Amino acid sequence: MNKKQKINLIRIIVSAALLLILHFLPIHGVLRFISYLVPYFIIGYDVLLKAYKGIKNKQPFDESLLMAIATIGAIALALYEDGDYVEAIAVMLFYQVGEWFQSYAVGKSRKNIAELMDICPDVAFIEGENGEKEEVDPDDVEIGSIIIVSPGEKIPLDGVVVEGNSSLDTAALTGESLPRDVKENDEVVSGCININGVLKIKTTKEFGESTASKVLEMIEDASSRKSKSEDFITKFARVYTPIVVYSAIALAIIPPTILLILGQGMTYPTWIYRALTFLIISCPCALVVSIPLSFFAGIGAASRAGVLVKGSSFLEILSKTETIVFDKTGTLTKGVFDVTDIHPDLISKEELLHLAAHVERFSSHPIAVSLKNAFGNEADGCTVSDVEEISGRGVTAIVNGKKVYVGNTKLMDDIGAKWSECKGDFGTIVHVAIDGIYAGHILVSDVIKDSSIGLVKELKKYGIKKTVMLTGDKENVASKVAKTIGIDEYHSELLPQDKVSRVEQILSERTDSTRVVAFVGDGINDAPVLSRADIGIAMGAMGSDAAIEAADVVLMDDDPKKIVTAIRGSRKCLRIVYENIYFAIGIKILFLILGAFGIANMWGAVFADVGVAVLCILNAIRCLLWK
Amino acid sequence: MKKTYKIDVDCANCASKMEEAAKNTEGVKDAVVNFMTLKMKVEFEDGADIESVMAKVTENCKKVESDCEVFYK
Repeated sequence: MNKKQKINLIRIIVSAALLLILHFLPIHGVLRFISYLVPYFIIGYDVLLKAYKGIKNKQPFDESLLMAIATIGAIALALYEDGDYVEAIAVMLFYQVGEWFQSYAVGKSRKNIAELMDICPDVAFIEGENGEKEEVDPDDVEIGSIIIVSPGEKIPLDGVVVEGNSSLDTAALTGESLPRDVKENDEVVSGCININGVLKIKTTKEFGESTASKVLEMIEDASSRKSKSEDFITKFARVYTPIVVYSAIALAIIPPTILLILGQGMTYPTWIYRALTFLIISCPCALVVSIPLSFFAGIGAASRAGVLVKGSSFLEILSKTETIVFDKTGTLTKGVFDVTDIHPDLISKEELLHLAAHVERFSSHPIAVSLKNAFGNEADGCTVSDVEEISGRGVTAIVNGKKVYVGNTKLMDDIGAKWSECKGDFGTIVHVAIDGIYAGHILVSDVIKDSSIGLVKELKKYGIKKTVMLTGDKENVASKVAKTIGIDEYHSELLPQDKVSRVEQILSERTDSTRVVAFVGDGINDAPVLSRADIGIAMGAMGSDAAIEAADVVLMDDDPKKIVTAIRGSRKCLRIVYENIYFAIGIKILFLILGAFGIANMWGAVFADVGVAVLCILNAIRCLLWK
Repeated sequence: MKKTYKIDVDCANCASKMEEAAKNTEGVKDAVVNFMTLKMKVEFEDGADIESVMAKVTENCKKVESDCEVFYK
């Protein structure tokens, strides 16, 4: 509660108490009128003051001005009729209660969301001259400085570990609860919390360019990119108030005048009272507060789950996604090669892998890396010499005195080794020959991510109609991956530009543009496709600026299940937005009609104004619960 | 030229009125008021004197909503 809220709360309590006391005092006439004015001014002086300023600045639809007219009008009617001032004062009182609650709730959620986004530390520690820790402003740390991060602290700048081992809690950035182990030479990003060991980090980026600052900036900017719903509300608000105010004027004049002419008697006070109830309902507050709040809360909560949505508009589009186009490598599959099978002729499996790994010892080709990883024990005392790389063929080397050939079928043909076709799985086949005699082959393939399995089924639960996979990979690999994951449609052997035209084709084939097409890629070479689709989702983007730039939604880690999280969350958020729009407009129109027929009095009108606003705010806050 | 300013305002409807007022100020190309983060993003026309334009923006905002503040200094 801030100072203003405290003062207003006291005003509310005091005037409510006074109203209660006055109710039991047997006072009449002028004394009664004057004593009722006391709580009215206590609760309403700021509204009256603002109303005066509204007149001065020629703002006929100022909320305070309308409220002032409604309550003063009600008091005047009471003075003229029966001396019941309670209603007018109570209307002002409840209006203030509603305003107070709105300001409190919005302030509270503003703070909650800010806490969610609190990933940027405001201090950094550098090593002083005598090795002591020296506190500095992270803005002042230059690229290449060594910073010290103790356990429990947040990493302030992106960099590379130069000393120390530790586990990092990346939850604030990725939503992933499993800690990540880091050692020397590992890259680390700002915003992670260092859990156990002291780390010395050489910074690679300035504070403003570091991941945590970038992410924070993006979320703050996100709610400035307004969604269609927000635009609708702004436009609605602009016409709603004038329409209601003019209807109120019409209501106060036309029906009683007609009745008077028809000889039904003087009914002006009744109609003026009804017109005043209109003025109370004339503020579109409920909508204007709750819709942006829903988006803001939704985007804040999403960022906590590791899903960065770059604008309210994208959250809205995301919720309408019907078709998802996936890139294969790095998105649905791990994008790194693993040895998946070994088919030796003559020698044992271990021996075959052993020889192949040794030959590839000095190569950094992804396939070589996978062979070395699969073998593991590289330093086993074997002698490897005369390594020769034959481009487009493979590698040869002398291992323990034998000439070993590792490569493709062309290499085998060159040396006259009789190679055999792999009957097993799909993937890249590495043939091995020893001294010109075929020794078998090793199957290396990209592995499907564990969480890609079952992904399609989950997505279908949340309204996704069609899934498509695009890949530059070979047909047999693509078909196997598509079948395993359950993708509806796939296109293989595509060049990067083919991916763009495929997406364009999907876009042109749909029946109308509300059937949103999303593209999910790892952001490395998909930038053109990411921007071509209705909504581009980049994954595994932690630390990759290009992907963050090109995409509309960024998944901080490379878990495809986050797509489900993102879509489910966006749908929930948009459902809440629509609930609020229909509820608020519905109730307001209902009470306008009831008010016009004299069924709803001012109490009802206050409910339709502030009561609805409060309910809508409470509903909007549900967006914070992203799950 | 784009700049972001902190603002203070109590109600969301007033915030959108401020946005409208800021947009219609001379020297302002576009303006976005974000009630949730209490920030105003102003895109200036080329060659506009930022200080004086912002003084005008503040004045116009106060006309539509007396109880508001734009922190541009």
